[in-house]
Amino acid sequence: MKDALSGPDPREAAFQATVDSEGKIEPKDWMPEAYRKTLIRQISQHAHSEIIGMQPEGNWIGRAPTLRRKVALVAKVQDEAGHGLYLYSAAETLGASRDDMVDALIDGRAKYSTIFNYPTLTWADIGTIGWLVDGAAIINQVALCRTSYGPYARAMVRICKEESFHQRQGYEILVDLCQGTAEQKRMAQESLNRWWWPALMMFGPSDDNSPNSAQSMAWKIKRLSNDELRQRFVDQSVPQAEYLGLTIPDPDLKWNAERGHYDFGEVPWDEFMEVLKGNGPCNRQRMEARRKARDDGAWVREAALAHAAKRAARAEKSAA
Amino acid sequence: MTTVSNDDLFAYALRLGDDSLILGQRLGEWCAKSPEMELDIALMNTALDVLGRARGFLTYAGQVEGNGRDEDALAFLRDVEAFGNVLLVEQPNGNFADTIARQFLFDAFDLPFMEALAASADETLSAIAAKAVKETAYHLRFSREWTIRLGDGTEESHARMQAAVNEMWPYVHELFEMDAVEERLCAAGVAVDRAALRDRFERTVADTLAEATLTRPETSWRPVGGRHGRHTEQFGHLLAEMQWMQRAYPGCTW
Repeated sequence: MKDALSGPDPREAAFQATVDSEGKIEPKDWMPEAYRKTLIRQISQHAHSEIIGMQPEGNWIGRAPTLRRKVALVAKVQDEAGHGLYLYSAAETLGASRDDMVDALIDGRAKYSTIFNYPTLTWADIGTIGWLVDGAAIINQVALCRTSYGPYARAMVRICKEESFHQRQGYEILVDLCQGTAEQKRMAQESLNRWWWPALMMFGPSDDNSPNSAQSMAWKIKRLSNDELRQRFVDQSVPQAEYLGLTIPDPDLKWNAERGHYDFGEVPWDEFMEVLKGNGPCNRQRMEARRKARDDGAWVREAALAHAAKRAARAEKSAA
Repeated sequence: MTTVSNDDLFAYALRLGDDSLILGQRLGEWCAKSPEMELDIALMNTALDVLGRARGFLTYAGQVEGNGRDEDALAFLRDVEAFGNVLLVEQPNGNFADTIARQFLFDAFDLPFMEALAASADETLSAIAAKAVKETAYHLRFSREWTIRLGDGTEESHARMQAAVNEMWPYVHELFEMDAVEERLCAAGVAVDRAALRDRFERTVADTLAEATLTRPETSWRPVGGRHGRHTEQFGHLLAEMQWMQRAYPGCTW
C-alpha cells in the first residue's frame, strides 16, 4: 500500500501521533508491519521465557523441604504456565499462531530469557530465583505496563501482581536460610554467587550494543533503556542483600553519592553471548525437555481432536 | 456413642493424609512435561488440591497423636513401613493415559468417599472433607472426560487407555478394604463405610468405560498391603526424593 503512494503513509503519522500522546494501539488499529513483527517477537519471547522457566523451578517441586514450600512452589509454577498462555494469547491478537510460536521455540528460531539456561542445584536457588529473577522481571514488566500496545500492557499489569507475590516468597525462603544454620547460610551465599551476574544479564546488552532499542523506544514498546533498568535493579537489590547478610559477588560494587546510584562492575558479556548462542549450561536440556513434552504428547492431542470430530459427527447425525 | 481411641483416629487421619500426599507428589512430577500447557495447569491444580488436604489431615493426625509431630515431621521423617497410603496412588505416572487411569479410578472412589466423610462425627475430618468434595467433583470431571477422549479417540489412544485401565484396575480393590481401626471408627460414626461406596463407584466406572468404548478389566489379582506399610518397590524412591532435604539437613527451619 505504502509503495503505491508517492508520499509517506498518512496512517503511519496517525499511528505515531497516538503513540506520542500515550494512547494505546489496539489489535484492529493500523500499525507498521515492523511494529507488529517487533511485538510478536518480544511478546512470544516473553511467553517462551515463562514456559521454559517452569523447568528450573519444577526441578525442585519433588524435593521442596516442607509441605508449605511445596504447595507455594507448585502454585508459582502454575502461575508461570498461566502467564505463558496469557502472553501467547496477547501475541495471537497480532496474527501470530501459538503453534507456530512454539515450533519456533523448539526449532531454536525463537529466543527466551538466558537466565533459564542456568541450573537449579540447591534449594536456595528457588529462593534466589524468586528474589532476583522475579525481581528483575518485575522491573522490566512494571516499565512494560505503559507499553504502547494495549493487550501487552494489560497483560503486564496482571502478571506484575502475581510476580511481586513470587518475589516476596523467594525472598522469604532466603530469610529463613540466612537466619538458619551456618550450612543454610552458606547455601544461600553460594546460590547468590551463581545467580547475580546472570540476573544482571536479564536486562539485555548495554545500551551501546542494543540494536533494536532506538526504534522500540520511539514506538514506546520499550519505555526505559536496558542500562537504566539494570541500574534500578542493582539499586534495589543491594540493601536487600545487606538485610540478608549476604555479599554480592562484585568487588567493584559501591555507592556513588554523586550519581545517587550504586556503581557496579562490568557484566561478563562474553558469557551472555555464549548462552544466547545456545551454549549455556542447560540450553540443550531445556529445549530437549520441551521437544519431548511436545512429541510424547502428540498422540494425546491427536486423540482429543479425533474424539471432538466423532462427537461433532454424532451430534450432526442425531440432529438430521 | 462409642468412644473413639486416639490411636485409631491418628491412624485414620494419617492414612487419609498419606493417600493425598503421595498422589500430590506423583502429580507434581508432571510439571512442564504434560502433552499440552493447559494440562500442565490442570494437573498442577489437582496436585495443589490434594496437597492442601494432605496438610489438613497430617496436621490433624499430629495433633491427635500429641507427640509434637507436625505435618512436616509426618511427611518427611517416616520411612516406608510407616506410610499407610493405598498402592494405587503410588503407582508411577507412566504415560498420560496411565496417569489419567490412576486419577479416574481414584476420583470415582474419592467423590463418594469425601461426601460420606463430610458427614463424619469428627468435626475436623468433616471440615476437610467438605472442602474436598467440591475439588474432587472437578477432578472427576477432568479425569472422566480424558478417559473418554482417549478411549474414544484414535486407535493408538484407545489401546493405550485400555492398557492403562488394565494396569491400574487391580489396585482399586484396596480402596474398599476396611481393617479393625476403620471398623471401630465407623461404628462411632467417624470413619466412612467403604463397602457402601462400591455400587456408586461401579456405576461411575461402568458409565465412563462404556462411553469411552473401553472394557472393564477382570482380574483375580487384588494387591493390598499399603495400609499396613507394605508398599511397592518404587515407593522408596518416591520417599527418597520427597524427603531428601529434611534427611540431609535435619533440624533446620525452611
